[in-house]
Amino acid sequence: MELVLDIVSWILLSAGGFFVLVGGIGALRMPNLYTRMHAASVTDTMGAVLVLGGVMVQAGLSLAAIKLAAILLFLLITSPTASYALAHSALLAGVKPDSGCAADPEGHP
Amino acid sequence: MTVLFGIFLLTLVVITALAIVHTKNLFVAVMLLGIFSLLIAANFFLLDAADVALTEAAVGAGISTVLFLGALALTSERERAATPHRWLSLAVVASATLVVLYATFDKPTFGDPNAPVHQHVAPWYLEKTPEYVGIPNVVTAVLGTFRGYDTLGEVFVVFTAGIGVLFLLSGGGPAGPPKRQARPDGSAIGLRDDLIPRVVARLLVPFILLFGLYVQFHGDYGPGGGFQAGALIAAAFILYALVEGEGRTLEALPRSALMALTVAGALLYGGVGVAGIVLGSEFLDYSVLASNPVTGQQIGIILIELGVGMTVTGVLLSIFHAFAAREQT
Amino acid sequence: MYYAVTIATLVTMALALIRALLGPTVYDRVLSVNMFGTKVVLLLSVIAFLGGRPDFLDLALAYALINFIGVLAVLEFFKSRAARRSAEHNQGKAS
Repeated sequence: MELVLDIVSWILLSAGGFFVLVGGIGALRMPNLYTRMHAASVTDTMGAVLVLGGVMVQAGLSLAAIKLAAILLFLLITSPTASYALAHSALLAGVKPDSGCAADPEGHP
Repeated sequence: MTVLFGIFLLTLVVITALAIVHTKNLFVAVMLLGIFSLLIAANFFLLDAADVALTEAAVGAGISTVLFLGALALTSERERAATPHRWLSLAVVASATLVVLYATFDKPTFGDPNAPVHQHVAPWYLEKTPEYVGIPNVVTAVLGTFRGYDTLGEVFVVFTAGIGVLFLLSGGGPAGPPKRQARPDGSAIGLRDDLIPRVVARLLVPFILLFGLYVQFHGDYGPGGGFQAGALIAAAFILYALVEGEGRTLEALPRSALMALTVAGALLYGGVGVAGIVLGSEFLDYSVLASNPVTGQQIGIILIELGVGMTVTGVLLSIFHAFAAREQT
Repeated sequence: MYYAVTIATLVTMALALIRALLGPTVYDRVLSVNMFGTKVVLLLSVIAFLGGRPDFLDLALAYALINFIGVLAVLEFFKSRAARRSAEHNQGKAS
């Protein structure tokens, strides 16, 4: 039973680590602000769910698991909200969603 | 392995610090300062210093960024051109750096068990804390009891800083400048026109306040205490002010209440000290607060942490409101 | 077991830092600060629990809160700055 839990948590942690890394590479290589935001926020949430899920499997039923569930719930609620607020602000400020366009002409520094 | 992680994080710290010094745009510098504080907090965490990491994250990465942006709104966003030929200052900085680097060669190796701090200082506190104070978190015991004067000084420094900022910005009196609810071009204040952040923030504010109270009172058993809790509760009110506008936040917690909170916190701390004298012992001796000295110490620590939390909350929120009010007028 | 995910998170933090240093618009930098924040939360959770110190999870929760509030504050600040600039621009055009 221990071995099964260990294997499950290892799989979840590795998958989470993979998503986190993909998000980082995407944020660096994508051509435009909005595509970068897409890469960063989607993989953020997915990676967080998998990594925290993996750690929760290791925790069993304890106070630590409840705290981890609280962290996960909090990240699930606030991370997409922050991405939405960022995208909305960027759109209102005039950053164009064309692909390949890196900055708007008036140049927010 | 932890040492390798620490070295990696410190390398990122150096890169960030170089970028902060290099950039001429102050917004970029403020963003990078947020990242810098996070890296330092992660480093403290790797060194097992949880209380310091929590304070650094809460105050340095969160509240400081908000206050810096508030200050930047009142000034320009580009750094003034540097004066050329600063050879004297470069020479002073270079020589000071070399002296400090030379001094580190005499220090004991990192983590050496024979270092004096591990032979004399740390074991004394680890033995005496259960005997005199009886709480599990030694950091809170050192902060609250063994080095209580230091923390008294810190509370009064925070209080003085708050008074100084309010004095400079002149917007902090109970009468205050007239508060307008709309911007010059008629758009709503705050993220009020954004429905999603508003709903989410209104959902979260009670839980953040509850978490702040948990951190305040749990400081005896785990990482926590007055400074961190004050920063978290102030952050909850700042979140409310961001989505609902400053006017409604001032209706919820008016400036007079903030000033009362700040003053009451400092007075509480000083009062506990004076209570020690009144009950027949020295200033800031908590053992006389109850019949059992250990219980007295615990009561004393809870009261002074409460004082610290109240003052920090009051000061941070007063400074935030002072900046926000100035920006409107 | 947890070294793999810790190393992945640290590498992603470095990549986010590069984006913060490079990003042409200021929103790129805000994005990278947000991403950095959630990576720090993950790093703290993994090291706290799997390093044997479950009572340090409070830090991760506090940090997640502060990151969210910090990002919203920054965005609010940019909006108010843009609103003030357009108001001055309109006043300048009208006068």
